[in-house]
Amino acid sequence: MSGSLINLIYLIAGILFILGIKGLTKPKTAVRGNFLSALGMLVAVVITLFTINDVDFTYVIAGVAVGGIVGAVMALRIQMTSMPQMVALLNGFGGGASLSIALAEYVTRTGINPTSISDFLQPTVVAASAFGEGAEATIALVSISLTVLIGAVTLTGSLVAFSKLQELMKKSYGLPGGPFGNGILLLGALAAVAFLVMNPGNTMAMVAILGLALLLGLFLVMPIGGADMPVVIALLNSYSGIAAALAGFILGNTVLIIAGSLVGTSGLILTRIMCVAMNRSLANVLFGKMAASGETIDADEIYDGKVTSAQPDEVAMLLETAQRVVIVPGYGMAMAQAQHAVRELADAMESKGVAVEYGIHPVAGRMPGHMNVLLAEAEVPYDKLVEMDRINPTFEDTDVVIVIGANDVTNPMARDVEGSPIYGMPILNVDKAKTVVVIKRSLSPGFAGLPNPLFAMDHTLMVYGDGKKAVIEMTTALNQL
Amino acid sequence: METLILLLALFVLALFLGVELITKVPPTLHTPLMSGTNAVSGITLVGALLAAGTGSSPMLVNWLGFIAVTLATINVVGGYLVTNRMLAMFKRK
Repeated sequence: MSGSLINLIYLIAGILFILGIKGLTKPKTAVRGNFLSALGMLVAVVITLFTINDVDFTYVIAGVAVGGIVGAVMALRIQMTSMPQMVALLNGFGGGASLSIALAEYVTRTGINPTSISDFLQPTVVAASAFGEGAEATIALVSISLTVLIGAVTLTGSLVAFSKLQELMKKSYGLPGGPFGNGILLLGALAAVAFLVMNPGNTMAMVAILGLALLLGLFLVMPIGGADMPVVIALLNSYSGIAAALAGFILGNTVLIIAGSLVGTSGLILTRIMCVAMNRSLANVLFGKMAASGETIDADEIYDGKVTSAQPDEVAMLLETAQRVVIVPGYGMAMAQAQHAVRELADAMESKGVAVEYGIHPVAGRMPGHMNVLLAEAEVPYDKLVEMDRINPTFEDTDVVIVIGANDVTNPMARDVEGSPIYGMPILNVDKAKTVVVIKRSLSPGFAGLPNPLFAMDHTLMVYGDGKKAVIEMTTALNQL
Repeated sequence: METLILLLALFVLALFLGVELITKVPPTLHTPLMSGTNAVSGITLVGALLAAGTGSSPMLVNWLGFIAVTLATINVVGGYLVTNRMLAMFKRK
């Protein structure tokens, strides 16, 4: 099949990917968009199968079989609360795939045939034309080594992100010197890239790029945890796309470049949205600790004698007379698997004529849109999920806000206390409502490590206990009224 | 060199198009967007097929090709299936 025809068909695949993402701009067209995108993938893969002639298909078939089974089982069995883990893994696999392609290309073009580790450590003489002529060779080598670099960082970084989300790795480790340690790893890897470009046959340089990049991925993500995870996942998502686009440059393949750059920008835009929602720069999330506050804020001083607690049945009485209630979920709701219980409480309220909406902070949960997916799973209609900018002006007309498993995103210090570490972070102004009900296990601080003055306000009621249990008790009490 | 400039032009234009498209995706669909783009990045499967090597390639190339095909297929199959699962939940009323 001629090259032009193949490229035309790749163009069709590219258009289908674009239409697919366009479909995702509305919930109604999203399913169709995903289908179009999948169709584009099918077109691209099938046409590629026609172009490869003397490939050893045993490896291809084995790979498709293993990958297809693993992918399908993951996709069908994963719990919605665990979506951040799934996306973290897929990011890593994307990086790993690009990495393997780049390494395979390097080995093929240099013509080396290593059969043991020691073969790798011997520099080989490479024919001058192995990577093309002049500038072409330089660009080929740069593309290959950068794909290895970014692919490897994405691979190990994502695996660490997965272990943290799955709570396999609970502590945070970092290199001595923090950002400087990582900077040295990056500089070392870039130096090895430069060396490889000048000495294409020096396999040691390739091994160095690979090793340093794998380490960099580990140490980049290991110090980051908890509420900063949405940023890390979005960023790694972007890296996996950039690695795919770079792999496209190695192979001169148009559809890889189109698809890779779409994924790359998607991840970058989500990263930016997450950073803006926390009022922090990307560098601060990646390398900084939360800025230390001038003086330690004494939690006892804020809470002492001022916190009012309530029982679920007392809250139910409040809810019965309310006209408008806003539910504000956070990661705690996911942890307690309370989304179905929350929906049932909302149903009970609505049957009594109460208007119920949900206020969603952009960084609630562990990935962008995490809360929306959980509530959609519990069959909450998506038009009831209201984003921060639209829900904030309505809190003054709200009788009761129920905060479940959210903390820092409701902390009025971010708005009122200049000099507080979270000052300037946009929050949900739940304290403007007539009554605030906070369902929480204890008064322990959230990810920012700060006490929350909201809990001590006169119109705040604390309901202590497991989120799911407390919500179910409220529903039962409300139905009996 | 000519080809490279064309590929670069494609890359830059796709980046701009990406920005225009993605900024229109509502926050409520950000999780499906991420898993959906995971699936799209499985396009490396095309690269993996091209790089998988031939019967006469070194074993190392065949194994790297196998790894690339496996990982990319996980992304394609897993990404599209899980995105579809999520989007179906958003669709129902």
